[in-house]
Amino acid sequence: MFSLRFFKEVFIPPYEFGEIKKHMEELGIKTMPIVSVTGIIIGLVLAMQSQPVLARFGAESFLPTMVSLSVIRELGPVLTALIFAGRVSSGIGAELGSMRVTEQIDAMEVSAINPYKYLVVSRILACTLILPILTLYVNLLALIGAYFAILLSDGMNWQLYIDSVFKSLEFADLIPGILKTFFFGFIVGSVGSYKGYNTTSGTVGVGRASTSAVVLSSLLILLVDMILVKVTVWLWT
Amino acid sequence: MDVVVEVENVSKAFDSNVVLEDLSLKIEEGENVTIFGRSGTGKSVLLKCIVGLLEPDIGDIKFYGHSVLNKPINELNEMRKEIGFLFQSAALYDSMTVRENLEFPLRRIFNFSDEEINQKVVTVLEQVGLEKAIDEMPASLSGGMKKRIGLARTIITKPKLILYDEPTTGLDPITTKEISLLITTLQKELKTTSIVVTHDILCARIVSDRAVVLKDGKLRFEGEIENLLKSDDIFLRNFFSDQIIEENRSNNG
Repeated sequence: MFSLRFFKEVFIPPYEFGEIKKHMEELGIKTMPIVSVTGIIIGLVLAMQSQPVLARFGAESFLPTMVSLSVIRELGPVLTALIFAGRVSSGIGAELGSMRVTEQIDAMEVSAINPYKYLVVSRILACTLILPILTLYVNLLALIGAYFAILLSDGMNWQLYIDSVFKSLEFADLIPGILKTFFFGFIVGSVGSYKGYNTTSGTVGVGRASTSAVVLSSLLILLVDMILVKVTVWLWT
Repeated sequence: MDVVVEVENVSKAFDSNVVLEDLSLKIEEGENVTIFGRSGTGKSVLLKCIVGLLEPDIGDIKFYGHSVLNKPINELNEMRKEIGFLFQSAALYDSMTVRENLEFPLRRIFNFSDEEINQKVVTVLEQVGLEKAIDEMPASLSGGMKKRIGLARTIITKPKLILYDEPTTGLDPITTKEISLLITTLQKELKTTSIVVTHDILCARIVSDRAVVLKDGKLRFEGEIENLLKSDDIFLRNFFSDQIIEENRSNNG
């Protein structure tokens, strides 16, 4: 019901463009350092792990293809979403939770202001819109990270690497990976907001809301990913 | 005189805990009523029911003759524009400066120009004596200052009725007196009706004309404060004795 209310409220004015922009900037800046490190490490580790396996089958030349497909279809979107959930969902849960227990949400309500629209809709939208952008950024960094691993072991030049990556990638590989991040962003925003908005039991409740927001949103991301992979495979084959 | 708030046979329970039981009360225009009672007797719950944050299980609450229950949210919000609420913690928005806290209701629910909003912010800050705090964040304010800013945010929309939920709790006696005098001054200037929930006899004596005492969610006393203090009722004598001794001590001191 809490999430469904979002679809009802999001189309009703006033539109919170200023708040959405502010949250997108905040969330983007807060998450940027950790997803940058994650992106580079995903690429490096994936390339380092896959190289010996592919070498066993004499398929080392497929390394750029394998890395790029894995990153863009699955690892980039899911790992970015999980990191984003850990960083953002808990933050939203704690922020709204402390607003609830200090009666700030009640204060908005008695001032004839719709706190759901002002606090929740803007945060869910910001998460939904910023996660695809972060995912594209992580994908790019992962591909750069993978190149460094390949460069160190094989000395492959950049142009050859990029050619191999783009030859193997189709538009259809990129779209499902990015589309599902809109779902993941929605999950992170709505779970964090739900847990925070409905916090009870004072400061203990705030801690509980923050922790359970991370756990629930991470679980939902993995569950929804599984469903979306199935749907994508069914649609594309 | 118009009846501003009419509470009719209201009962409210949270699970098995009954906090209000068959409570009836009338508050007329211009009256300043204090509600006393031990913790958990439903004083704050009553305020929240009046403003529509909670719904009673039984009974009705009317604001200027119109029931506040089962109203569509837009009608309830129209009614809320006429009501101010000062929370116990002041409930200032942490992420906003004092100026933004005060501007927030004006920008969101009224169509004032930037110039009018600025004028109103400056005026209310002068009224509460905190002009210099305009660009401060709530975290950097003392408890008394937060209450004053909360009061400024409450009166900036010029409500007809103001509900005060323990406005002096946690403050020292001097600040309590200052806040109470400020409330009285604003009541006279703005000609508002007010309901004050408090445990503090000093505050009540300064701000209110009439007192209501709740015990176990029921009405135990209704009348003038001086009559309340002279009452032979054992519960009332016990409830106020410590405070009166304390008050006499500070007056003598």
